[in-house]
Amino acid sequence: MVSEKTRNFFERMMGIDRRIIFILIFIALSIPMFIHIEMKIPVSPEVEMLVDYMKSLPDGAKVMVSLDYDPSSEPELQPMAETFLEYALKRNFKVIVIGLWPQGPIQAERARVVAEADVGKKFDYGVNYINLGYQSGNELVIQRMGSSIPAIFPRDYFGRPISEFPIMQGVTNFSNIDYVFNLSAGYPGTVEWVLFAADRFGVKLGAGNTAVQAPQVYPYLGKQLIGLAGGMKGGAELEILTGLPGRAVKYMVGQTFAHAVIVLFIIIANIAYFATRGGKKGGN
Amino acid sequence: MGWIGVWIGAFLTLGILSFLYKDNPFYKFAEAVFLGISAGYWFVSLFWQNLVPMLFDNLGITRIFSSAAPEGALQGLFLHGQFQNTLWYIIAAIFGIMMLLRLVPRIGWISRWPLAFVVGTTSGVYLTRYLASNALAQINSTLKDFIPISQAGFLSWMNVNYLLILIGVLTGLTYFYFSKEHKGLTGGAAKVGIYFLMVTFGASFGYTVMSRMSLLIGRLDFLYRVWLHLIK
Repeated sequence: MVSEKTRNFFERMMGIDRRIIFILIFIALSIPMFIHIEMKIPVSPEVEMLVDYMKSLPDGAKVMVSLDYDPSSEPELQPMAETFLEYALKRNFKVIVIGLWPQGPIQAERARVVAEADVGKKFDYGVNYINLGYQSGNELVIQRMGSSIPAIFPRDYFGRPISEFPIMQGVTNFSNIDYVFNLSAGYPGTVEWVLFAADRFGVKLGAGNTAVQAPQVYPYLGKQLIGLAGGMKGGAELEILTGLPGRAVKYMVGQTFAHAVIVLFIIIANIAYFATRGGKKGGN
Repeated sequence: MGWIGVWIGAFLTLGILSFLYKDNPFYKFAEAVFLGISAGYWFVSLFWQNLVPMLFDNLGITRIFSSAAPEGALQGLFLHGQFQNTLWYIIAAIFGIMMLLRLVPRIGWISRWPLAFVVGTTSGVYLTRYLASNALAQINSTLKDFIPISQAGFLSWMNVNYLLILIGVLTGLTYFYFSKEHKGLTGGAAKVGIYFLMVTFGASFGYTVMSRMSLLIGRLDFLYRVWLHLIK
């Protein structure tokens, strides 16, 4: 039986002003930005599978990165793009960038600048890096690449014919690409890459997704998708496993603090709900 | 990003965040700017990244307005008497114009033809892919990985996981099976299915929270690092 005093407390908690919760979340996210806090981030098997496959690729392998997101998903996906390009630079991968979203190639150029600054080494454009830009047509672009990449991307992002660049010599279709890494925030994205590239053409596919989209993609893991980095947590794990800690690792502290606040309020709200409901029943 | 861009970005970010306190003109202004710019950006982006290179360039319409532009299929046909494959884009152009006729109420019905083409093509493309990837491959993954009784590793956590997935799939499907009343064994299975669905929704909700927090972190990083230079 809950006392009157406790019930009053819980009733006040049930009617708490939402702006108090916003302020607490704001504080929880802000403090770790100013104070350096070390935090252990456990690595999940799906990110481990992703990085293991990247590590198994030979130096100089030809990889394709499809950036299918826009600036609104930047906090989650841009750190992954930067980490992947940094890793590619270190391993001398030949990187072919495309975008099924119009802003994707722009995000790629921004990630390239950061990656080059972090590693202290530059991509040689056209030799070990090329940005083919955006192409409209969603999943049909993927399907067309299965038969001919030059047909669907005749020119690069800057308007030059791709036949001019050494990196594109011998690239006809997916069979000439060792690995595809897809960064996705929705449609078209990882689901379409699984359906039209991995399952149809046997493309080796890994993905980084926004946290909202990740649960939709989990069923493909294993046979249809090599690995998956979901949300900022996945990005942080990717940074840890590649030995290139960056922004995602740093921000995970704030993320954890905010989650702790939310979990605390969920617990309080549930206790308050059951305590006050019980009281009302008794009163009736 | 120049300092003017940073200050505009900070102003609009604070404008949007001010809604957390309560609705206000500052928020409404930021929202209207966002919507207007998004619409304009999409229009310009699709025109220059889609219509111009894919249709106008291929057909040779760009060439008509600029002698520096490369020759297209129309020049190939009328000037050189050659048929180029890119001439087929003219069908897409006609469909596009037919689609725009929706804006003219009297002959709006014409837009149904290209729409029917789009719907038919999409259905055809997706039917086989969904069946192969989302039905057959998923059934295969659900059932095929079990370690049989006769083999080592039958009593392993791996098998427990596979069993849980199988139970989840079967009971979840039972919940959505409405041809038999949910009583007895069917009712029990459906109830278990509800628990699996609840866990799924919970996981999705958790991920959504993480996603939203990440967006806020991105904005706070912009305000503290790029705008105010408080952190490095």
